[in-house]
Amino acid sequence: MQHPDAPPRSARPGREERTARAATAGDADPRGGQGPPAPLRLVAARTAFDLATLVFATSAAPADLPPEQAALLRACARPLSVAELSAHLGLPLRTVVALLGELHARGHVELRGTREEQCRAASHPDPTILKALIDGLQRL
Amino acid sequence: MDYSVYELPSLSSPSPRPSPRDPLPDSAERSVKVLVVGGFGVGKTTLVGSASEIRPLRAAAGTGPRVAVDVGRVTCGGRLVLYLFGPPGQQHLWFLLDGVLDGAIGAVVLVDTRRLHDSFPAVDRLERGGVPFVVAANLFPDAPLCPAGDLRATLDLPGSVPVVTCDARRPGSSRGVLLTLLRHLHTTAPRRNTPPRRAM
Ligand SMILES: Nc1nc2c(ncn2[C@@H]2O[C@H](COP(=O)(O)OP(=O)(O)OP(=O)(O)O)[C@@H](O)[C@H]2O)c(=O)[nH]1
Ligand SMILES: [Mg+2]
Repeated sequence: MQHPDAPPRSARPGREERTARAATAGDADPRGGQGPPAPLRLVAARTAFDLATLVFATSAAPADLPPEQAALLRACARPLSVAELSAHLGLPLRTVVALLGELHARGHVELRGTREEQCRAASHPDPTILKALIDGLQRL
Repeated sequence: MDYSVYELPSLSSPSPRPSPRDPLPDSAERSVKVLVVGGFGVGKTTLVGSASEIRPLRAAAGTGPRVAVDVGRVTCGGRLVLYLFGPPGQQHLWFLLDGVLDGAIGAVVLVDTRRLHDSFPAVDRLERGGVPFVVAANLFPDAPLCPAGDLRATLDLPGSVPVVTCDARRPGSSRGVLLTLLRHLHTTAPRRNTPPRRAM
């Protein structure tokens, strides 16, 4: 820990490397291939689900649905994010995503804002959406 | 152990909070994701909780009470929802940040002015991932005031990155930080022209 009154603090290292990287931005994977090994990833790479993906049940749970899937389907009778479903049901994100994948494959849930859509929207933010968020927060 | 629902010890304003199971309106169709990141114990959980309209939630990302992501939410009108996600600050849990980085429209880097170095990895990671961010200094009572210029120099921030102060315990202050981020994104949005970030 650094004492507050210490003389000039050392700045964040790697400045030159970052500048060089900025000059070539767009040529390479912006992540620099430094992602975590696959087993450590929070949500598997090829799923349709992001933490913020909204999930919405499109049918009542059929009688033959396994109990965990049925509970999940009940929990998203109204739209709710993957992250909230995980928190509400006390199930790890990984488990929730796996169960939702099965529900989605059987057509029991609708998704709003899949992982791919979220990534696209984040890299090209829509000013209208941003303005609506600003207005919404200001009203609180 | 049940760590899926996490109560903050105390919030300065005891605002009534809806049930944690509060569903969104059926019209909700668009969610926007903002991250709250930073070093260990800088107030990330506190900020997510105070800014949120729902009771603080934690989504388990592994085994153990600390391996969880804070979840907060603000609905804006009937169709739009802002989600706040706060991954834990310890270095060995940083893979969680990698998992939440994709699809984030921006981030708040929360810093304790006594431990600015603790936020280096967060800033590095956001820069590498091309995620726009603002820096908010959480004003702990015993922390010295740190001139914004010093903070900027230490974190080696470009002039375009907004730097603000906040009290993460106060909803108004936390939401003010989010507003700073959203205004920053709004100002830069039409001019930004980056290749789409790859899904991992
Ligand atoms: N005085 C003061 N205390 C704060 C403030 N924000 C957080 N705290 C306290 O600081 C401690 C750490 O806050 P947390 O919100 O748990 O920090 P965190 O960043 O989530 O910590 P990790 O998830 O463990 O990295 C708690 O005891 C909070 O009550 C603040 O603005 N002012
Ligand atoms: Mg925390």
